Amino acid sequence: MMTIREYRRVESLEEAWELNQKKPNRVIGGMLWLKMGHGRVGTAIDLSGLGLNQIEEKEDRFEIGAMVTLRDLELHAGLEAYTDGAVRESVRHIVGVQFRNLATVGGSIFGRFGFSDVLTMFLAMKTEVELYKGGIVPLETFAREGAGRDILVKVIVHKENADLCYQSVRNTKTDFPVLTCATAREEDGSYRIAIGARPARAVLMSVSAQFVEELQKQNADLAQAISEKVRAEIVTDSNLRGSAQYRRHLAGVLVRRAVERLE
Amino acid sequence: MQITFVLNGRKVSEEIEPDMLLIDLVRRMGCYSVKRGCETSNCGLCTVFLDEKPVLSCSVLAVRVDGRTVTTLEGLQEEAEEFGAFIADQGAEQCGFCNPGFIMNALALFRENEFPSEEEIKEYLAGNLCRCSGYEGQLRGILAFLDWKKNKQQEKKPVQGEEKRKK
Repeated sequence: MMTIREYRRVESLEEAWELNQKKPNRVIGGMLWLKMGHGRVGTAIDLSGLGLNQIEEKEDRFEIGAMVTLRDLELHAGLEAYTDGAVRESVRHIVGVQFRNLATVGGSIFGRFGFSDVLTMFLAMKTEVELYKGGIVPLETFAREGAGRDILVKVIVHKENADLCYQSVRNTKTDFPVLTCATAREEDGSYRIAIGARPARAVLMSVSAQFVEELQKQNADLAQAISEKVRAEIVTDSNLRGSAQYRRHLAGVLVRRAVERLE
Repeated sequence: MQITFVLNGRKVSEEIEPDMLLIDLVRRMGCYSVKRGCETSNCGLCTVFLDEKPVLSCSVLAVRVDGRTVTTLEGLQEEAEEFGAFIADQGAEQCGFCNPGFIMNALALFRENEFPSEEEIKEYLAGNLCRCSGYEGQLRGILAFLDWKKNKQQEKKPVQGEEKRKK
């Protein structure tokens, strides 16, 4: 396991940021992934005392603190209602309740892990992240570019008139996913589709309202057409959980099922 | 560094290293029910309650429990014995190594959801691995326990009209 020379429960974001500028220091979230490493941490920076463990539901958005646990997400009535159960579905297969009582939203998002169900789910929603120094950034940009040694403060989900659906494929219960797929159908008929565990980090794909309208005019099979589009464009790779071809096929199947469900 | 917390109902203070894990601390303090299994935060053997919520003690820095409440199976003897008897009746275990973590998480489930369905049981306990059995015995034990608990509660309820007659 990694070693920690010093532990600091910080009293402000500024203190956390300053400590985090030194290379050996690390911000600790739930510590589930971090503890698997073998590195030496200088100072472990704990954000637990900053009140970032709250989900605030406002009229037009949800503000989710970086220290909110995955179990908090799973049990939040507002998120359950807004996403029609999609957020709960995205986290309920992650190991067990004891794990989800520790793993944090901040850790899941900041790590930008390829296997992340959480990143896939939030990408399909209209989501931004608030960074202490970098300000508010669209999640898609953050997922692509990261934030260096900045501090992730909260995740902001803007409410919109969209229907959501989350699916994942696992070889066995509680394992990392072979593929993840979060789909949002917006009010104008357009789609936002996030595919993760490719096995690389999740990416966001868009299907315009115009594309959907054209297909509908031609009386075409919409689910099939969107599924083929995703299958043609998605970049997948192989690892011990599945081959690139299998993942590409799965992406088509999951997208087809999502569109059929949301139309 | 010095931390103070409540362990199984008793306030304690301990000197710890910054990277000490909670599992090592509670075992050092005599709570041997807490087992080290996978080391990858997957098996559930090291489950303890932290402020009443089940967590993996192998993944919690001991320093993070400062000022909080930790409960291990040693602190839940009565509840554990009552439920554990139903698991034993089914011969649900072979080596028994997973049992303390399994019982802790099952008790957490009953506290959250008094009478869970079979699906809810399977979902809640998915993070407790047992490499000897196929989980069927444990499931039968849980269902038998829930039946017994339901019957016990019904027996306590007065028969309709009985209360009026008593008055």
